[in-house]
Amino acid sequence: MVGAALTLGAAAEGLRKKTFSSVELTQSVLASIREKDSALNAYLSVDEVGALQQAAAADAARAAGRDGDLLGIPVAVKDLINVAGQPCSCASKMLAGYVAPYDATVSARLRAVGAVFAGRTNMDEFAMGSSTEGSAFKTTRNPCDLTRVPGGSSGGSAAAVAGGEAVAALGTDTGGSIRQPAAFCGCVGLKPSYGRVSRYGVTAYASSLDQVGPLTRTVEDAAVLLQALAGVDPRDGTTLDAPVPDYRASLRDGLKGMRIGLPREYYIDGTDPEVMACVRRTVDACAAAGAEIVEVSLPHTEYAIAAYYIVATAEASANLARFDGVRYGHRTAKPESVFDLYAQSRAEGFGTEVKRRIILGTYVLSSGYYDAYYGRAQKVRTLIRRDFAEAFSRCDVLFTPVAPTAAYRIGEACDDPLKMYLGDVFTVPANLAGLCGLSVPCGRTAAGLPVGLQILGPAFGECAVLRAGHSVETAVRMA
Amino acid sequence: MSHTIDVAYVAELARLALTPEEKDTFQQQLETIVRYVEKIGELDLGGIEPTMHGQSVVNVFREDVVVPSVGRDCFLANAPERNDAEIRLPKIVEDA
Repeated sequence: MVGAALTLGAAAEGLRKKTFSSVELTQSVLASIREKDSALNAYLSVDEVGALQQAAAADAARAAGRDGDLLGIPVAVKDLINVAGQPCSCASKMLAGYVAPYDATVSARLRAVGAVFAGRTNMDEFAMGSSTEGSAFKTTRNPCDLTRVPGGSSGGSAAAVAGGEAVAALGTDTGGSIRQPAAFCGCVGLKPSYGRVSRYGVTAYASSLDQVGPLTRTVEDAAVLLQALAGVDPRDGTTLDAPVPDYRASLRDGLKGMRIGLPREYYIDGTDPEVMACVRRTVDACAAAGAEIVEVSLPHTEYAIAAYYIVATAEASANLARFDGVRYGHRTAKPESVFDLYAQSRAEGFGTEVKRRIILGTYVLSSGYYDAYYGRAQKVRTLIRRDFAEAFSRCDVLFTPVAPTAAYRIGEACDDPLKMYLGDVFTVPANLAGLCGLSVPCGRTAAGLPVGLQILGPAFGECAVLRAGHSVETAVRMA
Repeated sequence: MSHTIDVAYVAELARLALTPEEKDTFQQQLETIVRYVEKIGELDLGGIEPTMHGQSVVNVFREDVVVPSVGRDCFLANAPERNDAEIRLPKIVEDA
């Protein structure tokens, strides 16, 4: 068997055993995209010629004796990660036609191990959103139900993986943008700890929160992809020079003796009962498999969304100030003044959600308000970090829902931005505190919509999170 | 806390032209959002140190050495308008 519906592990094995070549594997991925993407809209562009050249190079390298878990494996990349020579638009009219002049560090690392770049995936414009409806170019559909959103902002990557249009994909997560779409589409998504993976060459949304991570079919696949991405980068001073452990090896240990914390504040009314039932069933299965269940408290959870939308929009307003119509990006046709050049170019280039966040971010940073908003929000981050430190003194990982609901209908949440923001309640604390978090499928609603379990670990605790996630996968399969 | 956001003024600070309809919608939506985020005003934050980002690294230095860079043409290719070796801009200074 060859095809885009393979796991990364199975694809790598097929290549090693010469069951198929990378060219054949890549052709079959490209064929799946041609067949399915007119319905899913997961991709913004597909690089057929380049991908087949890279695949042929990988086959030649393998014939010459080279091996590797990602050698010849086609991956899809979210449209804010620079892949040299490919368009990189951040799903914004502002960057329509922009071509990446260089590789992001994550792209360079994948290239170095022989991965094949299949194409760019759709997203909410500049990663601001939770449904991918904020893309300036197309509406991505959830492969489990085409009337529903795939989640976001890495909705194209999640839909491509879950819909059988990619073996694996890269996304970014600033407040849940890998974990929530993974949950909505029924695939695995990992947000690494802040500083684990380089952000160089990744268009910045909120620099103190952003991380690149994998979206895959299995937890093992996520471990393999993280292995290639992780590590210090001299071009990103916030990456930590900490050893990169063998992530796949950590999967073998199982749940026995593992302490799983259930934060009281995440098990509250307001979460969809079907979502909660799936999560509870998984917790019970893990207890039966030998894990110890501990109740913990994260008392400042209720302040996380407020702190997040202050910090994230403040940083976004600064990061997006570079789009001025001068050096690159959209420029208005006939500016009447310098101010007009900036203000009109930005008005024409940015979409609604991006404008809304730039205004909020500019407001919270403006003279006289900085201390009341940004300064206070940073102190709230400290309280949230302390909450997690206290919790992780009593358990190894935390189990929570990823989102309060399963995937909602396209158009359903568009009119009320605050309501959309509140949907990030379970995911933003990990970004504020710099933790790692994994989203693993843990069941389906009666309507057949996937539900995700979130497994949070301490900063640089990816091994524990992947180990627990791998066991959950097994438990869910057997249930 | 309890401040009021003036969307028209803030949009000017952000160098962002808004249509009258956008001003109205954003004014309404952002008042609600600002009221919500002011929730953090409830907390006593005396003596709490701020967290700047997820890790505790400070002052990361590197050797100041020249390394090869992507060529100028690569960057100029993305300019809205260009000459051979420069980005072209509309005239913004009046003739003397």
